[in-house]
Amino acid sequence: MSSEGSVEGAADPGGDGKTHSLNVCVAAGCLSSGSEKVKVALEDAVKSHGLEHECKVKGVGCLGLCSKGPLVSVEKENVVYQDVEPGDAAEIVESLGKEAVTRLKCDMESPFFTRQTKIVLENCGIIDPERIEDYLAADGYEALSKALTQLTPHDVVDQISKSGLRGRGGAGYPTGLKWSTIAKSVPDSTGRKFVICNADEGDPGAFMDRSVLESDPFRVLEGMAIAGYATGASQGYIYVRAEYPLAVKRLRTAIRQAEKSGYLGANILDTTFSFRIDIRLGAGAFVCGEETALIASIEGKRGTPRPRPPYPAEHGLWGAPTLINNVETYANVPAIIRHGGEWFASRGTEKSKGTKVFALAGRVRNTGLIEVPIGITLREVVFDIGGGVPDGKKFKAVQTGGPSGGCIPAEHLDMPVDYETLSRVGSMMGSGGMIVADETSCMVDVAKFFMEFCMSESCGKCIPCRVGTAQMYDLLCKITSGQASMQDLDLLIELCDMVKSTSLCGLGQSAPNPVLSTLRYFRSEYEEHILNKRCPAGVCKMSNEVVHNG
Amino acid sequence: MAKQVQVKTLKINGVDVGGRGDQTILQVAREHDIEMPTLCHIEGLSDVGACRLCLVEVKGINKLIPSCTTLVEEGMEVTTNSERLAKYRKMVLELLFAERNHICSVCVSNGHCDLQDLARLLGVTHVRYPYRYPRLSVDASHQRFVLDQNRCILCTRCVRVCDEIEGAHTWDVMGRGIEAKVITDLNQPWGSSETCTSCGKCVQVCPTGALSEKGKSVAEMSKRRQFLPYLTTMREERE
Amino acid sequence: MKKIKFATVWLDGCSGCHMSFLDIDEKLLDLAGKIDVVYSPLVDNKTFPGDVDLTLVEGAVSSDEDLEKIRSIRTRTKLLVALGDCAVTGNIPSMRNQFGMNAVLRRAYVENKTIGGKIPNVNLPTLLPEVRPVHELVRVDHFLPGCPPPAEVIEYLIDELLAGRTPDPERRTRFGL
Ligand SMILES: Cc1cc2nc3c(=O)[nH]c(=O)nc-3n(C[C@H](O)[C@H](O)[C@H](O)COP(=O)(O)O)c2cc1C
Ligand code: SF4
Ligand code: FES
Repeated sequence: MSSEGSVEGAADPGGDGKTHSLNVCVAAGCLSSGSEKVKVALEDAVKSHGLEHECKVKGVGCLGLCSKGPLVSVEKENVVYQDVEPGDAAEIVESLGKEAVTRLKCDMESPFFTRQTKIVLENCGIIDPERIEDYLAADGYEALSKALTQLTPHDVVDQISKSGLRGRGGAGYPTGLKWSTIAKSVPDSTGRKFVICNADEGDPGAFMDRSVLESDPFRVLEGMAIAGYATGASQGYIYVRAEYPLAVKRLRTAIRQAEKSGYLGANILDTTFSFRIDIRLGAGAFVCGEETALIASIEGKRGTPRPRPPYPAEHGLWGAPTLINNVETYANVPAIIRHGGEWFASRGTEKSKGTKVFALAGRVRNTGLIEVPIGITLREVVFDIGGGVPDGKKFKAVQTGGPSGGCIPAEHLDMPVDYETLSRVGSMMGSGGMIVADETSCMVDVAKFFMEFCMSESCGKCIPCRVGTAQMYDLLCKITSGQASMQDLDLLIELCDMVKSTSLCGLGQSAPNPVLSTLRYFRSEYEEHILNKRCPAGVCKMSNEVVHNG
Repeated sequence: MAKQVQVKTLKINGVDVGGRGDQTILQVAREHDIEMPTLCHIEGLSDVGACRLCLVEVKGINKLIPSCTTLVEEGMEVTTNSERLAKYRKMVLELLFAERNHICSVCVSNGHCDLQDLARLLGVTHVRYPYRYPRLSVDASHQRFVLDQNRCILCTRCVRVCDEIEGAHTWDVMGRGIEAKVITDLNQPWGSSETCTSCGKCVQVCPTGALSEKGKSVAEMSKRRQFLPYLTTMREERE
Repeated sequence: MKKIKFATVWLDGCSGCHMSFLDIDEKLLDLAGKIDVVYSPLVDNKTFPGDVDLTLVEGAVSSDEDLEKIRSIRTRTKLLVALGDCAVTGNIPSMRNQFGMNAVLRRAYVENKTIGGKIPNVNLPTLLPEVRPVHELVRVDHFLPGCPPPAEVIEYLIDELLAGRTPDPERRTRFGL
């Protein structure tokens, strides 16, 4: 498939000569609001109108605006319908080729759509994730073929380094640097190196990786194969949580199709490069997203982290050098190889290149999956793309980075969203959860929510995290029930510092962040709970029992 | 196979010391009589870096480093005794005491307990965190030994000695976070374990009164650990 | 030299710490020259006076009476010392916490009785749902762990406090001693 064909290809994705395509989002969000029924209704309507030869109905991945689902897009027409019900099917089908159904139309000129830049999600909602033909029509596997036929492994690493891509799994480690370390490292005694894709995605509220896997699984497979070529590995694993059955199913289908078409397996595209990918299911422990725990889990051991060094790059899966990257990191790779590292580096900021996918949720009008250039301001995300806070309420904070991140108050709304700035204000990029809080949220309660999460997800191996998170959670409960003293607040702060500094892995090291950042910007809310036994947002129930020391 | 090992020179607490490249900071420090509290570490078993008592500061690295799992490097400047470290170590012990029911006065290991000794050594005279008083079980189903979860600090020495030295892997850890606990076989009563060889190594390496011999009363359970360095030396010589 | 006002209190403990205190033997005579024992199970005084300089408390806080007592004592003493493991950690009295108060009462007064078991409730202080160490309920100035703390360490602590120094009992005693 030539790249020139791609323009028409996208218009006629299946290459089956049908003029119209109704793309029904069947990713998790829309599925849960009933998009499967809508899809059936549309298929019926197409049949009853006798349009089987002109119009097809296909299930596609996430169209982004999850809060308005079920969503249906009319391909080629730049029309997306929102809140579609099965009863709307006939009207939609009748309107094909004519004026769109105004009543159901999303405003495509709204900033929610116009302010996004899509690289990772470029095929999301356009291709059928279960058909490799669709992916190929959208320039799929062009990058792998270019890498294998025109570039040396060294060139590939070079392009990734030039692109400035940084790991999207949370810490933002430069991907090119990681790849070159593994490329240079000596394979184990049986000649093995491994490539792992981290699809554990355990943050509460995060569904970016899930959407990519459900909407465009081939892209991740292609990224991993390129990584295998660049680093000298011939075996890859995708570690995906078992709670994502749809993603697992689509990945399985995609692997099978890619193998059949010669994009995976032995002698890919008739070269000497061979690369296999297997799926490993995680049982849904947040800590198994930590790379050393993930590796232990793949090895069949209890998923607990171990001290680093040695890093997986030297001593990873079964002791062999191992590359481990996040889903979104791999999903960026095909585009970088296709367009070149410099193209990618022209987006984003000085130190953080490209785009980032966020799951926008909480108190904003438009919630859903968005992809924005890194460096966009928080204000643009919340107020332009997100449409601001509904019901006339006042904005209070954005929580980023999930249980490892922090809350950013209004005074920082104009800061750019990038790795450095986020950590400077006490939060972090994390994997891409973004939750907006308004005046009806209690920040102590938010901190307590995340601490409870960390406490129950702590693996229990090291003492600071195992017991420290439980003690911090108890202290937060004491505060939110009006039973704490100012000494308790001191104890809490001291524990935050200790758990952060002494825990074995990132889970414990970042578990205090939600407390620390809310203390930094909303200390008065803590004091109000403690000194006046009052929750300013009216969220926490105060108990009258007084049992604190003093 | 004799490995080439290089000698490294480094500074610990400002003093020049030397060690082999395959030695940990902890090993080198102890060879030079530098005091270092440890709980999960025990000579002769693999290290897991779990208790965090042996954390040290290393110049140029902004994170604290577990000395039991970190190899010495040329030119390293290590601090083992800063005020900050002392404070964290005390807090680790406080968290442990608050976690389960360590009633020293009626414990079989009273007077022979690593946890109790460390509390004295590091100056923990009281625990500032609320005691959690969890409801925990005692497994006395084994003919010769008792497991008292109330005293367990989850150092996993029993798990490691059983796996690495005895080769039985009777012990493991189950559950997450504060709910984690050591178990025998698939959480079956110890007495019914089909893998346990009743060798008693787990009992001897246990730092507290969590594992003890039956028939021992308060303060009577002192542990005999000489076998461990002996076995490891014998193994190394054979290799 | 003016004598300081000295008190000792016995909450939920076995009186072993008081015994250990008496074990300083002839030193008690020296001490008598420096302190005025204004309240103690060892003397007659029935009410805790105000303006006490130093109070040693033995035992954990187990009943509503203990709680009231220690709260009021805290307001009337300059220095409060938690003496012994029960006061410092909850120790043996706290062993009931993991079973719950009702289960423990039932076991003691009903299940183990051959005839007419009944949980006593008249003229007795009500037990708190959980036994807690003293410092979880009121501020404590000094801690002396041990079950009981050795006589010479109690003596050391009092000497240091009388001399106006901050005692450092670390390494001299420990939990469970
Ligand atoms: C507690 C914890 C959970 C993590 N969960 C994930 C996860 O779900 N997905 C992920 O890609 N990385 C996760 N990470 C980060 C990984 O350890 C690792 O850094 C990442 O997969 C590297 O890929 P990247 O360089 O592409 O970001 C987690 C880290 C910690 C400490
Ligand atoms: S920090 Fe928490 S999750 Fe990480 S090793 Fe320690 S107990 Fe386990
Ligand atoms: S001895 Fe090093 S962490 Fe426990």
